[in-house]
Amino acid sequence: MRLARRSSLPGFSLTLGITLTWLSLIVLLPLAALTLRPWELGIAGLWHSLTEPRVLAALRLSFGAATLAAAINVPLGLLIAWVMVRYRFPGRGLADSIIDMPLALPTAVAGISLTALFAPKGWIGALLTPLGIKVAYTPLGVLVALIFVGLPFVVRMLEPIILDLPADAEEAAATLGATRLQTLWRVTLPALAPTLLAGFGAALARGVGEYGSVIFIAGNMPMVSEIAPLLIVIRLEQLDYAGAAALGVAMLLLSFAILLVINRLQRWLIRT
Amino acid sequence: MSLELRDLRKHFGRTAALDGLSLSVPQGEFLALLGPSGSGKTTLLRVVAGLEFAESGAIEINGRSMHDVPARKRGIGLVFQHYALFRHMSVARNVAFGLEVRRRSERPASTAIRTKVAELLDLMGIGELAERYPEQISGGQRQRVALARALAIEPSLLLLDEPFGALDAKVRKNLRIWLRDLHNRMGLTSVFVTHDQNEALEMADRVAVLRAGRIEQVDTPDRLYAEPVNAFVHEFLGESVRLDCIVTAGTARFQGLCGTNLATNCPPGPAIALVRPHEIGLLPGPGPVRVESVHATGPMPRVRVTFAGRTTEVLLPEAAPLPTIGQGYGIDLSRARIYTLNDVSNPLAAS
Amino acid sequence: MADPHVTRLRHGALITLTLVLMTLLLLLPLGVIFTETFSRGLGAVLGALTDPDAIDAIRLTLTVAAVSVPLNAICGTAAAWCIGRFDFPGRTLLTTLIELPFSVSPVISGLVWVLLFGANGWFGSWLDQHEVRIIFALPGLILATVFVTFPFVARSLLPLMREQGAAEEEAALTLGATGWQTFFRVTLPNIRWALLYGVLLCNARAMGEFGAVAVVSGHIRGQTLTMPLFVEALFNDYDWVGAFSVAALLSLLALVTLGLRVLLERQMGGSRRDIF
Repeated sequence: MRLARRSSLPGFSLTLGITLTWLSLIVLLPLAALTLRPWELGIAGLWHSLTEPRVLAALRLSFGAATLAAAINVPLGLLIAWVMVRYRFPGRGLADSIIDMPLALPTAVAGISLTALFAPKGWIGALLTPLGIKVAYTPLGVLVALIFVGLPFVVRMLEPIILDLPADAEEAAATLGATRLQTLWRVTLPALAPTLLAGFGAALARGVGEYGSVIFIAGNMPMVSEIAPLLIVIRLEQLDYAGAAALGVAMLLLSFAILLVINRLQRWLIRT
Repeated sequence: MSLELRDLRKHFGRTAALDGLSLSVPQGEFLALLGPSGSGKTTLLRVVAGLEFAESGAIEINGRSMHDVPARKRGIGLVFQHYALFRHMSVARNVAFGLEVRRRSERPASTAIRTKVAELLDLMGIGELAERYPEQISGGQRQRVALARALAIEPSLLLLDEPFGALDAKVRKNLRIWLRDLHNRMGLTSVFVTHDQNEALEMADRVAVLRAGRIEQVDTPDRLYAEPVNAFVHEFLGESVRLDCIVTAGTARFQGLCGTNLATNCPPGPAIALVRPHEIGLLPGPGPVRVESVHATGPMPRVRVTFAGRTTEVLLPEAAPLPTIGQGYGIDLSRARIYTLNDVSNPLAAS
Repeated sequence: MADPHVTRLRHGALITLTLVLMTLLLLLPLGVIFTETFSRGLGAVLGALTDPDAIDAIRLTLTVAAVSVPLNAICGTAAAWCIGRFDFPGRTLLTTLIELPFSVSPVISGLVWVLLFGANGWFGSWLDQHEVRIIFALPGLILATVFVTFPFVARSLLPLMREQGAAEEEAALTLGATGWQTFFRVTLPNIRWALLYGVLLCNARAMGEFGAVAVVSGHIRGQTLTMPLFVEALFNDYDWVGAFSVAALLSLLALVTLGLRVLLERQMGGSRRDIF
């Protein structure tokens, strides 16, 4: 009770107690286990465990595909968010509510459905095969799955910002003789840049850890299309707990570092 | 019911919201807490209601210490500034709330509650709104619902936080008269917070003027206006003209105004004089005061004058002869009050 | 200004492009699920869904959600009350910690429990001696699910509770209400839609979670396969219709969730939105 300024509303001790207990049991204790476990390998062992070629390949694929997917989602998301906010057309309400489909759909379901679509005999795969493009069971499949799950993040973060975008700045630019493209490039995009970056970061973070929607379509070939989360699962199955934890911690640290850089960049963008 | 506050202290961070505040409110009084924003008025109400806690000091209601009594057992009716009506309940349910949450042994029968709610709503003149929801009624009506809700528990003390703050001028005027009347009829003891001096002076039996968590003066409206204890109270209530002066040996002298010396018991040194526009007299000239313009509309003629390098407005008594524009006059400052400089609310403004 | 014809054309082109993109990216995956499901007719679907293993998977999924959703609802509400109604040092840190599970990969969300309770985990040998099974059993599935759905309820309640402020609760107190009366009669009715919103999202994720439960499940048919895990098992067995039938059921759940969410957003007024 002394922790908070004495308040007339009751229930502080009770609710803080519940929150802290629950948080400790469900989140903090498990994460403590995660961060402490890798050290039993020793520094050298840890280094060895994280620099195996297979691990490096998996990390490269996970982070590379997630970055590329997020980068592709930025223009796609911008287009969708822009049209959803600025234009009125029949079916808009329905379209708006299915944007979250990739997040609402259980990842395993998304995974098998994308696999079915892009398999050589699937609806889209059948069209691509004659062109010599293989998506399913290749790194390209990983990319497709990550584009699918990351898209809503960019759209949903942009929508409120586009809605609040002062229309008069665009109109002023137009009256000053700017063409549509100039207005877009010089007025609109700079105003949206911090949010685009934030959306990029959110999609990236999600993509790095994504598992269910990827493993079906990826083919999971070691060194080629094996993602880092899958490697964690494989290590666990081999009862290499410390190695699994080490890879998990490495992924988390890398993600946080990237998000930190994005966050800094975003602040810098807002200031300038 | 009487309320007694002794030496209440409370800080928010490093600023004192209540700084050794003492006050007593006798049974049946209608007291206004008047002060600029940030003077601690609302904090004081919340401390009395038990929603905030003073770091030291005592609160007694009818001689009983409220120290360990939680808000819900104080039996104080509080009308919140923005009413805080329960938005998901009808007006009737809002008013009944305080009775319905009582323990079974103390709770009136549901028919009794219904009758009481209907009576209260009729008393407030909003009987027909019983089934409406807060968002469906006007600001003035919400105000009455909030009051009915507070009165339903038959509080020993009624506290109102800026009761008219969110209402437009016309509604405000009517509600003032009505509320004062209600207070008298129901034999309540009420304390209300306001930053509007007219409201305080018009409605209250006594007015407490607050500054920085302290009470500067508690008095009837008349005495407060006529005999302010310091420059802050003087300037806060009504209009004042401020003049610099120098006190030497019990006499205040005004620069550039020869012959206008005033006797005072202020200590020697620079001081200020405060005088209300109607207390300034114009003496037949010649003299240091120049008349700039005359507005004779309304009962008291308003005259703009310049003297000692400053321009101010003077209110002449009714039917007084009008001065001539451009002419010089003498000035009568005998009704001015002299205050030492450390009395001044804002020392920077004194120069 | 621009020629209105050109403007109309450009708008039309943009809208068409968007709709084509959305169809490709969002509708096609959904369409393929239902098409594949019914590719061998309704009978095959009914057969797949009434298979004893499928029924076990459905029952297990419901059990996991029935335990973890209420737990998180109660604790999330408690967290929202203490963070949204009181001022105390560390409040921001607490909010960040509550959101932490959202930024962790599902696989790691499962991994942490194996590290605690798995055969080689911190408490593994102790559990083994006392013959308590957590990993590869129902408790592990529940723990992993609770971890990934931890933030939903608190997150949907907090902004609303901050926005509403404590005035109504304070009014209730001055009118003589006890803490519980204040909560059940004043606070709960005011936050009910946001609470339902949080519970809805929490439930959707609890039933659809794959990565976290995959790690702790052990994949024992009829015992530790939730519906998403069962989809995987069937898919790996080349039971195409079976996999898509269960997937279709999960997709229906997703569609219902999206629909209910729109209704709830309307109830709450404005465009309050949370990302899954």
